[in-house]
Amino acid sequence: MTATAPRHLEPPHASAGVGTPRPHESAHLHVAGTATYIDDIPELAGTLHAALGLSPVAHGRLRSMDLAKIRALPGVVDVFCAADIPGHNDCGPILHDDPILADGELRHVGQPVFAVVARTRGDARRAAARAREVLDIEPLEPVLTQREAHARGQYVIPAIHLARDTVEGGARAAIAAAPHRLAGALEVGGQEQFYLEGQISYAVPAEDDGMKLHCSTQHPSEMQHLVAHALGLKSHHVHVECRRMGGGFGGKESQSGLFACVAAIAARRTGRPVKLRLDRDDDFLITGRRHCFSYDYEVGFDDAGRVLGLAMTLISRAGHSADLSGPVMTRALCHVDNAYWLPDVELHGFSAKTNTQSNTAFRGFGGPQGAIVTEVILDSIARRLQLDALDVRRANYYGIGERDTTPYGQPVRDNILDPLTDALVASSGYRARREAAAAFNARSPWIKRGLAFTPVKFGISFNVRHLNQAGALVHVYVDGSILVNHGGTEMGQGINTKVAQVVAHELGVAYGRVRATATDTQKIANTSATAASTGADLNGKAAQAAALTIRKRLADFAARTFGGVAADVVFENDTVRVQDTVLPFPDLVRRAYEDRVQLWSDGFYATPGLRWDPKATKGRPFYYFSYGAAVSEVAVDTLTGEWRLLRADVLHDVGRSLNPAIDVGQIEGAFIQGMGWLTTEELVWHPKTGLLTTHAPSTYKIPTANDCPPVFNVALFDNENVEDSIHRSKAVGEPPLLLAFSVFLAIRDAVSAAAGHRIDPPLRAPATPEAILAAIDAVRARD
Amino acid sequence: MSAPPSDGLSREIRFFHRGEIVRLPDVPATRSVLDWLREDHRRTGTKEGCNEGDCGACTVVVGELPEHTDSPGQAVRGLRLRPVNACIRFMPSLHGKALFTVEDLRGPRGLHPAQQALVDCHGSQCGFCTPGFAMTMWASYENHGAAGTRPDRAQLADELAGNLCRCTGYRPILDAGQQMFDHAPVALDTAPVIAALRAIADASGAPRTLAELARRYAASPQARLVAGGTDVGLWVTKQLRDLGEVISVTEVDELKTIAHDAGELRIGAGASLEAAWAALAQRAPSLTEAWRRFASPPIRHAGTMGGNVANGSPIGDSAPVLMALDAQLELRQGERMRRVPLDDFYTGYQANRLEAGEFVQAIVVPDTAWARTIRAYKISKRFDSDISAVFAALAISLDGERVADVRLVFGGMAAVVRRAATAEAVLRGQPWSAATLAAAQAALARDFTPLDDMRASAAYRLRVAQNLLQRFWLETQGGTAASEATSIWSVA
Repeated sequence: MTATAPRHLEPPHASAGVGTPRPHESAHLHVAGTATYIDDIPELAGTLHAALGLSPVAHGRLRSMDLAKIRALPGVVDVFCAADIPGHNDCGPILHDDPILADGELRHVGQPVFAVVARTRGDARRAAARAREVLDIEPLEPVLTQREAHARGQYVIPAIHLARDTVEGGARAAIAAAPHRLAGALEVGGQEQFYLEGQISYAVPAEDDGMKLHCSTQHPSEMQHLVAHALGLKSHHVHVECRRMGGGFGGKESQSGLFACVAAIAARRTGRPVKLRLDRDDDFLITGRRHCFSYDYEVGFDDAGRVLGLAMTLISRAGHSADLSGPVMTRALCHVDNAYWLPDVELHGFSAKTNTQSNTAFRGFGGPQGAIVTEVILDSIARRLQLDALDVRRANYYGIGERDTTPYGQPVRDNILDPLTDALVASSGYRARREAAAAFNARSPWIKRGLAFTPVKFGISFNVRHLNQAGALVHVYVDGSILVNHGGTEMGQGINTKVAQVVAHELGVAYGRVRATATDTQKIANTSATAASTGADLNGKAAQAAALTIRKRLADFAARTFGGVAADVVFENDTVRVQDTVLPFPDLVRRAYEDRVQLWSDGFYATPGLRWDPKATKGRPFYYFSYGAAVSEVAVDTLTGEWRLLRADVLHDVGRSLNPAIDVGQIEGAFIQGMGWLTTEELVWHPKTGLLTTHAPSTYKIPTANDCPPVFNVALFDNENVEDSIHRSKAVGEPPLLLAFSVFLAIRDAVSAAAGHRIDPPLRAPATPEAILAAIDAVRARD
Repeated sequence: MSAPPSDGLSREIRFFHRGEIVRLPDVPATRSVLDWLREDHRRTGTKEGCNEGDCGACTVVVGELPEHTDSPGQAVRGLRLRPVNACIRFMPSLHGKALFTVEDLRGPRGLHPAQQALVDCHGSQCGFCTPGFAMTMWASYENHGAAGTRPDRAQLADELAGNLCRCTGYRPILDAGQQMFDHAPVALDTAPVIAALRAIADASGAPRTLAELARRYAASPQARLVAGGTDVGLWVTKQLRDLGEVISVTEVDELKTIAHDAGELRIGAGASLEAAWAALAQRAPSLTEAWRRFASPPIRHAGTMGGNVANGSPIGDSAPVLMALDAQLELRQGERMRRVPLDDFYTGYQANRLEAGEFVQAIVVPDTAWARTIRAYKISKRFDSDISAVFAALAISLDGERVADVRLVFGGMAAVVRRAATAEAVLRGQPWSAATLAAAQAALARDFTPLDDMRASAAYRLRVAQNLLQRFWLETQGGTAASEATSIWSVA
């Protein structure tokens, strides 16, 4: 068996800039170890190192702390706590409920209580590790799980509801009147981002109250605001720069803030550069991750498996503060429909307050948690009706021109579910393999095979309208070299490569002329987080606008100089053609410069047509939808619960790809990452102490090379965005994570096979061997 | 920082790095190679991802003269090259060796084929894990190049089991690992490295012979013996412990010997896990999967089987297999040597029969052990490089239909690795039938009261242990057909 190289690497619309499978702009640096991450920046003389003293309890009141004891330890230069923060002690991105350092109440094991600044990182860590000895704590009873918090009515934000009635009485009435009904519950675990580069900030004091921060963050502007508030300064005092992150996945959207603030406060207090780089275990203990979800649902459906009514309660584990839990729940509610017309729905989303890390963004941002429960429900419906789950899914697909409005009121106008499904069902050999699996299972008592097809429809745009904006700056230098800067951040997804391709395309120049630089709050102001898969959509458009402005000026100048009209000037192949004259691009640039033409420009973009009423949970939150589907096949050992992914086939829609190699990379990476979430990656909090016991890669297991299936067919669906997105491409970061549902549902199918597909498996996610064996035992016991 | 050497001996560390001999007179005994590279040397290509040897971002390659290693035959033009984790490797262990980092790969003609293939196959996204992957791939490139072999995809995945990537999903990296061999060959010029290593081969002050080690340890029984440091490294990087006096055993070549003599296999306690498992799997191929799944290649290259056994973790995977093989430990204290059966060695959680100043010198497996049918089963959340929830090493010999002899050894089921005495007694002398199987499965519940923790619940551990006994029974019934029916790995 061999891995199959992705198809469609050379789409027909390939041109000088966009559509070509270029390597990542930093690939040659990555492989040589010369790509600079924050910790690789040469340290300034006098640099000090910070570490955080952490709460040893899940819940408690801080009576006092003896920081003098810490201050006396070897190498320690400074120690500070909440009371010493010059500005606001808050790093909450939306609500102001997130102290930088504990303010009297200890809210989870690992919450930062004080900061140590020392000569070396080792000295700082050793001193901070003495936290337990110097904190006088009155312990309080912790609430650790979302179900427990929900039972107590303990939330970080008010509940969010989303309902649609097409019949009188809505979902409840539709369920009551339905020919068939199912009720159930599901538990889905959270997920640690496990960016390979941990959280880090390096703060350097600058003149006149200034502060420069090198920060590994998806959201430099937010870091700027938070640091300004923490220091009691204005945004213009704070300068944040990020060339690249060693992975983000949502974990550095809001949660880089605490570390940026602590480093900046420490630098301010000592007047010296201060670096705060977390040890991996501390990173796990301090920061939040993907929300765990619990679901209780009731569904009514007809003989074909069509859903008539769905009522559901979703409870997320928000952790000790709101962070981004509200928007995560909103997106979850807006993705319960996934690819399906659900006529009558009633969804209630609760963001439970628990004494655990504050959960946050993670690739998909609630979308996966919203959609997976519906996929499980449809699987259960299929089993109840003894139909193939694929047929039940297709019976529920959104229609075209009818049955095409989402529960939140947005029409689905770009539906390609049927042709995409037809293509994948054919290319994966789904029907024949379904029969082969059944035949295998009939003769194999201990090993069972399972197969599943799952589709994805994912809404693209931030659910909050004003975040859908971006800026860019393009400089054309006199020698014809081009620098592009934009508000997006590079975390491996290849945004800089795509944006540089867009700029090269607009100016008709060789890709090598364009260089993308670090994200910098002094270049582009008020940037949005690089999140919600929108990075290339927004910043690509902004950079295109800037490049077009420059091209127009150059065209005007060329027409003035060589005759003709500006509209006829052609920029291609690194040259400019005007009338009968063909000039190398740099020649025209030099002449334009000498004629005093402005050769740099800003560009701005705001996504059109978005509306969202958060109170009504109605509107058009998404510019468009991305689609995809996957077929996965597994083998499960019914003696132990061990399993193996035998093959995965993926067909995914990225519109007209800006860079097929990068897009395929995103799809494959998201698939494997999603598979990790649903299988091997288990978070375990100690039921009594509340300590996250899986706080390092020794205990928290993300996929390895052997988990990549031996047959992995990934292809791009031939499509173009119906909306006027950047070159009609589509966002790719998050949607393919949901393709991994197929793995979870294939395991569910194999478990179900252990009892002749008669019993619905009570399988939780992650489907660890233990969870799988428990589900197998349960279906056998009930059979 | 840790304590300086207390015995007054010189501790100048000398090793080859970036074309020259590096001499470090005062390096602390527990300074990690990674911290030395990044903080002291400001060579930042090597990254810190987890600081515990589990992610591989810090992978470097260590070169040694083959005569100082456990497997002298496997060398690349006179140099043994192995990937290791720099984050939990102490600097003194580099003495007399060569340290290669990602900065070494790029040659005058540009990127190394391993690097170029990663670029061409889109094998990096965020790039943070990439230097580590490049180093593992480079070691693979050199080792396979020297051996005239090429790894297939599955072998590559095994070799890369110690390198985590969170972005790519691995497919492009696996492609790159195959494509790199298609480039024009580039071979490391080992001659200057070998010459340098010969020039610095004299002792650092650490013991060089077993006798010296024994004498030194007997005189300072409070000292901490450190071999590969794959466990002790974490005491320093994570628990921030001061190890006090440290005696490095890595320069004792005698301790690394694996030899067969007088009806027994003798594995020096300092032999790497990789070499030791290879020796076991050579005699019992059914142990190959347990070998593959024991930690990651960098850990298996650095860690020692003696360390794994002496450490006595209830979830270490060597002890169950060795116990099922009737292994004895050869213990040494000064000049005194004695043998203790492994199944009598552990006295409690990480407690054993070693006396002050006494250490494990060798692990001895009698030839008689190989006559039994043996299977090793590992249960963990992830296939590769995960710590066992349950590890079962099961061995049986039949006299006709009856059980002549049986060893049922489990890790992860109690505070120590131990045999299931009750279940063994139920089986011994009885027919190897479904009925006695069921009785033995039931007896396991009397043998063990397992722990609930983040790896598994007590109930699952017991249930899976019972089911593994059933799998063993199935696999010993009908030859290969039964084996295929009980393995997800035989499903195509």
